Amino acid sequence: MKGVIYTETTVFAPPEQFAADAPYQLVIVALEDGKRLTARILGDRVAIGDAVELAESRNNIAFFHKI
Amino acid sequence: MREVAVIGIGKTAFGAFADRDLRSLAVEAGLACLADANVSPSKVEAFYLGNFAGPSFVGQNHLAPYIAGAMGVEHVPCTRFEAACASSGSAFFHAVSSVAAGMYDLVLVGGVEKMTSQSTPKVTEILAGAGDMSGEGRAGATFPALFAMIARRHMYQYGTTREQLAAVAVKNHSNGAKNPQAHMRKIITMEQALNGKPIADPLTVYDCSLVSDGAAAVLICPLERASEFTSKPVVVRGIAQTSDHVALDEKDDITTFRAVKEAAQKAYKMAGVTASDIQFAELHDCFTIAEIVATEDLGFVEKGSGGPYVLEGKTCLRGERPINTSGGLKSKGHPVGATGVAQICDVVLQIRGDAGERQIARHDLGLAQNLGGSGATAVVTVLGAA
Repeated sequence: MKGVIYTETTVFAPPEQFAADAPYQLVIVALEDGKRLTARILGDRVAIGDAVELAESRNNIAFFHKI
Repeated sequence: MREVAVIGIGKTAFGAFADRDLRSLAVEAGLACLADANVSPSKVEAFYLGNFAGPSFVGQNHLAPYIAGAMGVEHVPCTRFEAACASSGSAFFHAVSSVAAGMYDLVLVGGVEKMTSQSTPKVTEILAGAGDMSGEGRAGATFPALFAMIARRHMYQYGTTREQLAAVAVKNHSNGAKNPQAHMRKIITMEQALNGKPIADPLTVYDCSLVSDGAAAVLICPLERASEFTSKPVVVRGIAQTSDHVALDEKDDITTFRAVKEAAQKAYKMAGVTASDIQFAELHDCFTIAEIVATEDLGFVEKGSGGPYVLEGKTCLRGERPINTSGGLKSKGHPVGATGVAQICDVVLQIRGDAGERQIARHDLGLAQNLGGSGATAVVTVLGAA
């Protein structure tokens, strides 16, 4: 699954259940099929317009990384 | 349809009150409101309550009769409305609708939230429930994160800057410092606002509204009966509630709140006014970016120009269109379920000419804009002097 970063943020103040993950980059990916998906980033930080692809799914969370 | 007037207002101070429970706050605001209109609780024909998450924050359900009974409002319909941070805006919209339709004459509308008894991570988690918990919430979205993503996209599309965001916080703190009931009566500098602790990049702690306890109430009746209760009735000239997708990633363009835009058009039409007629407004600045987007969606400025508009001082207390003279959610505080009705109170205060040190010169026609979630519910109200 591939797409382009539509928007992004880095979360420093997480909800209780994600306390161990912070800080983490959260993004909305514009997928190739025209849909959008809220996901996380693995590895290098991304910016709006960057091309990304799905790296893995863990606990129902999609993790993308930069292509 | 009958014209509807606001004849009484009442608010608690907003803040962190360890020794106050939810009900005592709501009762204080409700009784202050009834006293303002010199109406006895036994005359109230219905009670509409806005509350977002009382059951999660304090473990109490069935809130409307629970609060009404303690005020002496008994044996009448008492109903709680939940629409995230637009809960009491929604309660007000439905109360006005029922009075306009002729169901009741005297209706009390309250809003309350008691948030500070929970830890910040727990509050963050409860608030996240106003988003889509099967999508964005599961991925780790918080409300600051959702509005940070809106800000990022707005910056990308329109060149909005960190300084422009910070200008909202600086202005609203400057106003709130003059409001005796505000949570954080503290002036902040541009430098402080730009260098706050990061919460969700690019938003810092100074871009975020406060976690507060507090309550507000208004009393409404048909305009034709308003003179029985007050010499300064304020007329609900136009009001609309609209909705949109709950999930941010389901909205076509996240730099605009479509629900706000549509509610504004409906409310303006009902009032027979245009955006340029609105002299001042209380806007839903849950995050600094939200006030900037709202000024655009309400038609005060063109799309993308909300940032320069605030930075140039057009919306400050002595500017051409003062926004959030109360201090807004940023400085006055944001007990989420109380906010919509509190905004109505603050607009009424200006129209009556009772805003003290914060009183503005042109105050005949004002607007309140209340937002739920990342824009899934919007309520826009145009209020005017009778």
